[in-house]
Amino acid sequence: MEEKIISETREVISMPRLGEMAPDFEAVTTQGTLRLEDFKGGWLILFSHPADFTPVCTTEFMAFAEIYPELKKRGVELLGLSVDSVSSHIAWVRNIEEKMGVKIPFPVIADLDKRVATLYGMIHPGESKTETARCVFVIDPEGILRAMIYYPLTTGRNMQEILRLIDALQTTDKHKVATPANWKSGEAVIVPPPNTQEMAEQRLKEGYECKDWYFCKKNL
Amino acid sequence: MACINPDGTLTPSAKAALSALSLPLATEELAKSIELPVFRIRSSVREMLKAGLIEEKEGKYVATKLGRAKIKR
Repeated sequence: MEEKIISETREVISMPRLGEMAPDFEAVTTQGTLRLEDFKGGWLILFSHPADFTPVCTTEFMAFAEIYPELKKRGVELLGLSVDSVSSHIAWVRNIEEKMGVKIPFPVIADLDKRVATLYGMIHPGESKTETARCVFVIDPEGILRAMIYYPLTTGRNMQEILRLIDALQTTDKHKVATPANWKSGEAVIVPPPNTQEMAEQRLKEGYECKDWYFCKKNL
Repeated sequence: MACINPDGTLTPSAKAALSALSLPLATEELAKSIELPVFRIRSSVREMLKAGLIEEKEGKYVATKLGRAKIKR
């Protein structure tokens, strides 16, 4: 009897890693051919959506457009992505403007060959083999990947959390501090814990609001 | 921004950029001058350099003879 060999191949999904250079790309967008390096010197939120002309994605695009002025104030640009064509993107953003009265001000990558989606690990076959998940990548002015958020197809993202994340990262960079759970701009921040016994003893005398030597907050 | 239409004419934003580049400007200066984001200007500069519409001089960009002629079309 002929032996049947069943081979199972599993695709390995590469994921970018925090604290490393964001994967470089050149892509066709609704605002021309753009490279990641075109955004250097400012912050960038690269985000993906599953598909054009779908309801959750439409609410997200309108919500991203709504926070765009706040992002610009923080020196942040937005760049969308899905595996749809540029013609589809153009038709969809025109439809959003016509039907919902919201102009989409940011470019959207037409990633038909899934090149950028693959580089950033945006396709999660357990969710969908053909669509990108709801991913958010925060890239700093030096091109370093600073934060990632992955949401499933069914759940629209929270724009206030994205703004809060940007505020937290920029506050950390500016003041060399960390931010506690549920932190919002203007609230007390975490002073980095001391690295030596001497610093730990000193810490309690430095005038911070401390619960213990490792847990001190301060107002900026 | 895509600078050149399929028929060879310039897009409105490319015309604005080329007009501003009658004087040498850096990408950041050009972005301020025509009120477009820097990322779009960098993309546009790349495209216009390739098409021979502008040239680089000491880190700044200026319209070439071909670029100046294109604005008038």
